[in-house]
Amino acid sequence: MVERLKYIAGFFLAPKAGPVPHLKGALNYLLVCVIIIFLFWLSLSAISVTFNFSFLDFYGKRIWDGFVLTIQLSASSLIISLILGALVAAGQSTRILPLRYLCDVYVKIIRGTPLIVQIYLFFYIIGTAWGIDNRFIAGVFILSIFEGAYIAEIIRGGYLSLDSTQLEAACSVGFTKKQTLRYVVLPQMITRTLPALTGQFANVIKDSSLLSIIAVIEMTQALREISATTFQLFECYLLLGALYLCLTLPITFASRLFEKRFNYALKT
Amino acid sequence: MHLRLENISKHFNGTEVLRQVCLADEIGKLAIVGPSGSGKTTLLRIIGGLLQPSEGHVFVDGSRVDYSENKLPHYRAGLGYVFQQNGLFHHLSARKNIALPLQVVHGVSEEESLERAQLLLERFGLVHEGDKLPAQLSGGQQQRAALARAIAASPKLVLLDEPTSALDPEYTNEVLDVINDLGKTGIRFIIVTHEMGFARHACDNLLFLYGGELLEYGTSSALFENPRTLQLQRFLSKLLEWRV
Repeated sequence: MVERLKYIAGFFLAPKAGPVPHLKGALNYLLVCVIIIFLFWLSLSAISVTFNFSFLDFYGKRIWDGFVLTIQLSASSLIISLILGALVAAGQSTRILPLRYLCDVYVKIIRGTPLIVQIYLFFYIIGTAWGIDNRFIAGVFILSIFEGAYIAEIIRGGYLSLDSTQLEAACSVGFTKKQTLRYVVLPQMITRTLPALTGQFANVIKDSSLLSIIAVIEMTQALREISATTFQLFECYLLLGALYLCLTLPITFASRLFEKRFNYALKT
Repeated sequence: MHLRLENISKHFNGTEVLRQVCLADEIGKLAIVGPSGSGKTTLLRIIGGLLQPSEGHVFVDGSRVDYSENKLPHYRAGLGYVFQQNGLFHHLSARKNIALPLQVVHGVSEEESLERAQLLLERFGLVHEGDKLPAQLSGGQQQRAALARAIAASPKLVLLDEPTSALDPEYTNEVLDVINDLGKTGIRFIIVTHEMGFARHACDNLLFLYGGELLEYGTSSALFENPRTLQLQRFLSKLLEWRV
């Protein structure tokens, strides 16, 4: 009896060392998914909800437009925030003090306040004052400033984690500062920060949903509007969640892949 | 190669690490020895142009080393340097570690630099390790690859900063043998080491640092057989205490 129990329990346990066998992994993964779906279904039946996705036929085009806009917003913001983040990370170690402190203050304020506050303040004060009334541009601008602070920290962390001997070695072979940056610092930084930066892209996509509050009609706003007219709240948000997962899951996967591939500290 | 150190001093945040070190001699195979914290590595880094002395000047073959930021890369490029550990670029294979500085710093074509890297890998017993990353090499192999990189551009002097301190005894001997062979082929080097046997038998000259001061300098045999200062006598007797 005990033997049999042990045998069954063994199915749920990872081996003490080494990778999980494929079949065992897949079946356990499936089990987790089934449990989640079951709990979700249980909750739904408790409040006796039935789904009706018929609105998709009518609003499909609007949802698709929102989906595309979310991708456009996120991609543009990612590029701009990468540039901004790199500049700020460099600025944080400059010898020009006003610039260094400006970068420092920027990172502290942005990371210390909720995105929703920044969106309102930027859009209604700065946007109005400077005449930025294109909501897409304002949205990209705000999101880039927000994500830029996080990316600056990722890049700075990547630089700090460089082994000081590596920089000395670069000096010792006669590299100039520029050559050190190009042949040693950048390649090592890219491999170190790429997993985190990829993960940050998933955050950009999710954070872009908050731009719905200034009526940028991206995916969230599109589905909010649809739910307001169709009253199919559950269906709309369920779909919304699924669509975000479609975007973020592949990115998470890529991030993991980079992590494995560039981990040259590990012996392979 | 003639090296002259003129009143070299170095302090870090008020702590004096080197005091008025003077030396003028032809460098062939020189070992710098002394207790931990005596300033050996600091002196080597100053000679190698990795650190600027607080006071004093270094002259190599009669010309003064200019420690300004734009002159140093050229000076360093004429030397080879091996660190205690982690001196190889983590992201490059052993082969690329050797070839890249040749291309970038010394203007050698890619093809020729790879050929030269291959010859060096063969010479240092790393034929099968050429395409491995440093993390995939053993400690001894890493240091041999670092040595290969250091001599690749035929430097006028190779500086070795405790190249075996991070290795276990087997690898230590393997690396010391390689350095000894290099010395025999006429490569000039300065080695900071705790390997007294090597300092005594493989090096012509010995420099003894103690508390940041140069206490003794002379031929290895003379210093080992006839230490003049009490500090060197003590230092040597302590090291010999546990000899098998």
